[in-house]
Amino acid sequence: MPTAPRVIVEVMLKPEILDPQGRAIIGALGRLGITDVVDVRQGKRFEITLDGALADASLDDLHRVAAELLSNPVIEDYELRIEA
Amino acid sequence: MTTVRVGVVSFPGSLDDQDAARAVSLAGAEPVRLWHADADLRSVDAVILPGGFSYGDYLRCGAIAKFAPVMGALVDAANDGMPVLGICNGFQILCESGLLPGALTRNDHLHFICRDQPLIIENASTPWTQSFEIGETIVVPLKNGEGGYVADESTLDMLEAEGRIIARYVGANPNGSRRNIAGITNARGNVVGLMPHPEHAVEDLTGPSTDGLGFFTSALSALTRDRLTTVGPAN
Repeated sequence: MPTAPRVIVEVMLKPEILDPQGRAIIGALGRLGITDVVDVRQGKRFEITLDGALADASLDDLHRVAAELLSNPVIEDYELRIEA
Repeated sequence: MTTVRVGVVSFPGSLDDQDAARAVSLAGAEPVRLWHADADLRSVDAVILPGGFSYGDYLRCGAIAKFAPVMGALVDAANDGMPVLGICNGFQILCESGLLPGALTRNDHLHFICRDQPLIIENASTPWTQSFEIGETIVVPLKNGEGGYVADESTLDMLEAEGRIIARYVGANPNGSRRNIAGITNARGNVVGLMPHPEHAVEDLTGPSTDGLGFFTSALSALTRDRLTTVGPAN
C-alpha cells in the first residue's frame, strides 16, 4: 500500500516586505551570543495530507488553495512540493 | 421618508460590532445586524465590517473571513456601488477579499498599539467622508497589531494620483504604514477601509472626541440624497 501523499506548502513574505518578526529573532540571537547571523526571515509551513493518490486536478486545486487561501499574493510567495 | 438601514456584520471574533451599530444609531440611521453565515444583506443600504479578530486572526487577519457566506453577497453589492466601510479588521477583510488593493501587515515595532490618533482627512467625497473637509484633522482611537498598510510602489503612486488615500496619520507613524496611510478607497469611491476606529469616538463620555461620528453621518446624508435623486420628479 502506498502511503497517502503529503503536500508541503511554504509561505514566505516577499523579499521587499519588512519582516519585523525576523528582525526580533535576530535581536534575540545576540543574547545567545550568536553574532554572525545577518538575516532571519520567518515564514509558515503547511502540511496537507490527501485521501488517496494525487491526481493532476487535485494538484491544481492545491495550487489554488496555496495562492488564494494559504498566502496573500500582495505580500507573500508560496512554494508547493510533494513528499512521498 | 423611510429610514436608512446600515448593516453591521458580526463574524466569530468581531469585537466592535456593537459600537459600530451604536454609532450608526447616534448618526440617525437604523443599524441592522448581519450574520457572517447568512448570505443575505437584508436589504440594507450600506454595510460596515467592524473591528476585532475574525476567526482569531488565524492564518492572516481577514483571510478566513473573506470566505464567509455573507462576503459573497457583500462583494457583489460593493461592485454594484453600495457604500461599504471596513474598520480595522474590516479593512483587513476588504484587502483580503480584493475590494481594496494592498494588505495590512504586522506593526513594524511589533507592539500592539492603542492610543488616540490624529488623522488628516484627504478625500471628502466618499459616502463615508462627506461630512469632513479636506485637510481637516480629527482624533479617533487607533488599536491594532497588524495595521501597517503595504502595497507596491506603483499601487501607492496610483492611490496618491487618484486621490484614493482618504486619511493619513499625523505625527509619528504609528505602525509603519507606507506613506502614513490610515485609510483608502476603491476606484469607484464607495468602498472605504480605515485602520483607526471612528466608532469609538462618537460620544464625549467614552471617546477622545466625537470626530468619528462624521463617518456615519456622511453615509446617512449620502444615502438620503441618493434617494431624493432617485425618487424625485422625472424631468
